[in-house]
Amino acid sequence: MTEENVFNLDGQVIPFQEGDTIMDAAMRAGVYIPHLCHNPEFTPHGSCKLCTVKVNGRNCSACTFPAAANQTVFNNTDELNEIRLTLTQMLFVEGNHFCPSCEKSGNCQLQGVGYELGMLDTHFPLFYPQRQVDASHPDILLDRDRCILCSLCVRASRDADGKNVFAISGRGIQSQLVVNAESGLLEDTDLSADDRAAHICPVGAIIVKRHGFEAPIGERLFDHQTVGEWSLDQFDTGEQAWQRD
Amino acid sequence: MHVETLRDILAHHQAEPTRLLQILRDVQDHFHQIPLSAMPVIAEETGVPIAQVRGVTEFYSFLSTAKQGRFHLLVSDSISDHLLGSRDIAAYLSQKLGVAIGQTRADERVSLDYTSCTGLCDQGPAGLVNGHWIPRLTPERIDRIADLIERDVALSEWPEELFLVDDNIRKHGLLLNSELPLGAALKKALQQGADATLAALEKSGLRGRGGAGFPTAGKWRFCRQEAGEHIVVCNADEGEPGTFKDRVLLNQYAHGVFEGMTVCAATIGANKGFLYLRGEYRHLRPRLEAILNTRREQGLLGKDIGGRAGFDFDIEIHLGAGAYICGEESALIESLEGKRGVPRNRPPYPVTSGYLGKPTVVNNVETFLAAAQISLHGGEWFSAYGTGKSCGTKILSICGDCANPGIYEYPFGVTIREILQDCGAENTQGIQVGGPSGTFIGANEFDRLLAFEDLATGGSFIVFDQTRNVLEIARNFTHFFAHESCGFCTPCRVGTSLLRNLLDKICDGHGTAGDMLELSRLATQIKHASHCGLGQTASNPILSTLERFPEIYQAHLKTTTFEPGFDLDKALETSRRLTGRDDAQAHLETEGM
Repeated sequence: MTEENVFNLDGQVIPFQEGDTIMDAAMRAGVYIPHLCHNPEFTPHGSCKLCTVKVNGRNCSACTFPAAANQTVFNNTDELNEIRLTLTQMLFVEGNHFCPSCEKSGNCQLQGVGYELGMLDTHFPLFYPQRQVDASHPDILLDRDRCILCSLCVRASRDADGKNVFAISGRGIQSQLVVNAESGLLEDTDLSADDRAAHICPVGAIIVKRHGFEAPIGERLFDHQTVGEWSLDQFDTGEQAWQRD
Repeated sequence: MHVETLRDILAHHQAEPTRLLQILRDVQDHFHQIPLSAMPVIAEETGVPIAQVRGVTEFYSFLSTAKQGRFHLLVSDSISDHLLGSRDIAAYLSQKLGVAIGQTRADERVSLDYTSCTGLCDQGPAGLVNGHWIPRLTPERIDRIADLIERDVALSEWPEELFLVDDNIRKHGLLLNSELPLGAALKKALQQGADATLAALEKSGLRGRGGAGFPTAGKWRFCRQEAGEHIVVCNADEGEPGTFKDRVLLNQYAHGVFEGMTVCAATIGANKGFLYLRGEYRHLRPRLEAILNTRREQGLLGKDIGGRAGFDFDIEIHLGAGAYICGEESALIESLEGKRGVPRNRPPYPVTSGYLGKPTVVNNVETFLAAAQISLHGGEWFSAYGTGKSCGTKILSICGDCANPGIYEYPFGVTIREILQDCGAENTQGIQVGGPSGTFIGANEFDRLLAFEDLATGGSFIVFDQTRNVLEIARNFTHFFAHESCGFCTPCRVGTSLLRNLLDKICDGHGTAGDMLELSRLATQIKHASHCGLGQTASNPILSTLERFPEIYQAHLKTTTFEPGFDLDKALETSRRLTGRDDAQAHLETEGM
């Protein structure tokens, strides 16, 4: 690391490595930037826009924007957190999210980000979309009501599993997750419960069957840590694992 | 479905994955749908997974998994067509043909729907029949069309007169007046060399004519510096409602446009070029293919162009399929690659990593025409016109409430007032400059200038007189953006629909003061958080009218502080249906509760 390879994030000096995005460098330095579609294991996507930061006066996605020397980056500001709160509320009203009955509750990153940002209501009128729930697969449930179109399953199936089980279809507010079968059903794809794609969903849209509510309230992922603390922790563990590889 | 026909279509395109959209267009033409049963065959032969074939199919408005009629009619839902009565025209079509809007008739002969701007704003209300344009829809012309359809006359047998589109060039300027002898600009470019061509472009001050205004010389120079194979792309996906100048340029000045692309290829060192033609302009395609053939015969395309050994370059036409977002250059490149038209993350920019990751120049039709002329006449010839910051001339598409809609070319720096006089606009209330993504200006701003430093525009100029309802204009544009959002990023995907619903609520008389504040807050957040230009400008119709005409919004508001975001009475509809009731007692009182 040369002396030039640093930028300023909310007044803190952050070192970065060649090829780092702002998100990579911030996470390594232990600074949390809220995000949902980003997972350091996969190619950044930049679609949820929760990680919007202000770089030299311009709004950019931290997960895709390259870190560069002498950037001035704002992250934890009222203005940006208000945008993030709005985006989270948008994701809630766009789908059908009923936390109390969801198996993912307590382990859900959307819910976690909602808590992180102090979200108290959905604010916007609910869309109540009619979406197909696909329970055809013997081991995996696809509940599109909960899908936030982050495309992590698309990337995981393509890049980690080499299968291309998932894709985004439709356009605009009609966008939806589709699966790789003429029937359109998950049972006719080659998705397996051991696939990375079956475990990558940040919400409860893709869940492995017969494992619901295994952890009682009080022992779930975000009962004792925030989604921010958890993702920084994941990043550290992940980076150590990649360095071993 | 005949699998053999499908395989023939695939073979015609060598089952190239980059040609997926072109394949799907042909399948749609042939079968009037993309049958789900076709997807595994397409997937097998192209190597693109079924899910992605479906993803591409369901992205583009002109592709449909549901069966459409053998005659598929679309009526433009653009604001300029609205002003000319397109809603009544669509209703008349619907009644005449016995098919509801958005439906296919039971005999599968005809289907009818609305579509975004067809680029015939100067001769609306306009529509498309199987993708071919039909201007000036009147009840009389509809009667003829309905008769042809009921007699099942093949489209190729329809009288050519129905498809005749006027160019309506009303004011020739620097570009439209200049003669460009075949091959002259290219010859000059080859003689003077790439550095001199770039210097001329630099001196000309030419900036991108699509609206964003990036300096053309800089774009070409950045691309040229990159190693490897280079690509030239002409963006003829002018989807901004109210824009139709590229339609006219491609109809009358296509040689100049192709010459500009070839000059670019010679300058940056490219072998491959694409014209991305919006699906609405498919009627132009045979003519453009013929022009490309002429240029090949003349040695202006193909191998060793202009006698220079090793300078090989050719141009391929790709058709779009109804997606405004593909006018955004990185979405256009995705679409050229046969994918969903979703804008890419930047950096990298197309000049470093564009089509298939190769360094790519994407320029507007008008930009290439100007570049060809500048190559021939030199930079000063162009920069002598315009303002210091905006050099040369701009070609405008003028429509709406004026006596002479059509194409007008002005030096940059012209006042709005002068333009209004020329096109015969009277009692003008306001103008949408630069299309829905631009700015709505009111009567006290007519001394403003058309220039990058004041009112920038890609060419759209829609005039509204005093009889028009500003709120309905903003509503039409807001619906347009919600329809055209690609759905990639949260703020645009969800936000444009929220804006649409909120504005509908206000327009329908259910809005409150709180809703107006919310409209402004939401619009601003979408602008600041969106991934690309579409989302960043989707709020402009609301923001620019809220700023200028708050009293019009206020006049629509209720005096209460809160109104629910849904219609309470409508919410009871299911219960009424279940109980078979529709009496007064089964309805809520709407007023005075």
